[in-house]
Amino acid sequence: MVRALINCPKTAKKGEVIEIKTLISHVMETGYRADSVGKVVPRDILRRFTCRYAGEQVFSADLYPAIAANPFISFTTVATASGTLSFTWDGDNGFTQTETVAIIVT
Amino acid sequence: MPRDLIRIVLPLVLASGLALAADQRRSGFEFMSSSTQQMQQEDALNPGMLWVAEGEALWNEAPAGAQSCAGCHGDAPAGMRGVAARYPAFDEHRKKPVDLQQRINSCRETRQQQPAFAAESRALLGLSSYIGLQSRGLPVAPPDDPRLQPARLRGAALFNAPMGQLNFSCAQCHTDNPGRRLAGSPIPQAHPTGYPIYRLEWQAMGSLQRRLRNCMTGVRAEPYPYGADEMVELELYLNTRAASMPVETPGVRP
Repeated sequence: MVRALINCPKTAKKGEVIEIKTLISHVMETGYRADSVGKVVPRDILRRFTCRYAGEQVFSADLYPAIAANPFISFTTVATASGTLSFTWDGDNGFTQTETVAIIVT
Repeated sequence: MPRDLIRIVLPLVLASGLALAADQRRSGFEFMSSSTQQMQQEDALNPGMLWVAEGEALWNEAPAGAQSCAGCHGDAPAGMRGVAARYPAFDEHRKKPVDLQQRINSCRETRQQQPAFAAESRALLGLSSYIGLQSRGLPVAPPDDPRLQPARLRGAALFNAPMGQLNFSCAQCHTDNPGRRLAGSPIPQAHPTGYPIYRLEWQAMGSLQRRLRNCMTGVRAEPYPYGADEMVELELYLNTRAASMPVETPGVRP
């Protein structure tokens, strides 16, 4: 079962820079490793991470095989209005996961 | 003058003697780089919290036709506080010590009538790290149960017995040479305060038994299988050695 943890302030003042920390459970299998019988383990990584704030993309990142398992991504954005932040991870084998967090801006 | 000097110096000597006698035990945490320490200390950074989240979901989820863990034990933060700090403990039915993971599995088999979780499975590591988290900060408290004593002594003997082709005992590294380096990595004192740990080398969570098996493979000994009595005896001895040190679960180690 895939789990993601998002650490984001629940409230913020308008114009404030907020820090968001995300952690997702994923093996990030490089595709370069061999198993115990010498067969190459097929690549299985996250390829893209996107954060949308009230539908607008505010941050995105491309991920590559050299990135460790269970990637941690931290970034900042400016609190503009109350709404939802959505976080999407897309990866190999049709992997996709979206989490949402609400924020109240005063 | 000399008498004055003695009056000043003697208390200092006594004080430093006392300081030396004080606790010299150090958690593996103190041997890590500051970035790895920060990873453990901040929950938002600690990948072990992913397993904790898994464990929390399992705790509250009832398997078909059975009670959930919470159904009997209630909320984990209240009901499981301090529990992990006491394991391994003596099991009345098996008449021997069991560790926390064996305890979880026996609850699962006898109370929930479900198949036991496999060793090192996400579910078992998740539940044990979730239960372990409820003891975070509390002192390791091995039970003062005389029935554990023979197993504890066998664990101590295993810790001190040379094994494998390299013919090393645990003690030769972890008692005689902690703080020195082995292939570039600092040797800790082997206090199992953070288990299950997220080990960066594994890129995953793992139990104390997995770590013990790593060390055994390292000295080219045949590791004991998961759940072997010897493993539990070693765990029991290590926990006794670490008594009163704070629990760190979920720990992060390099």
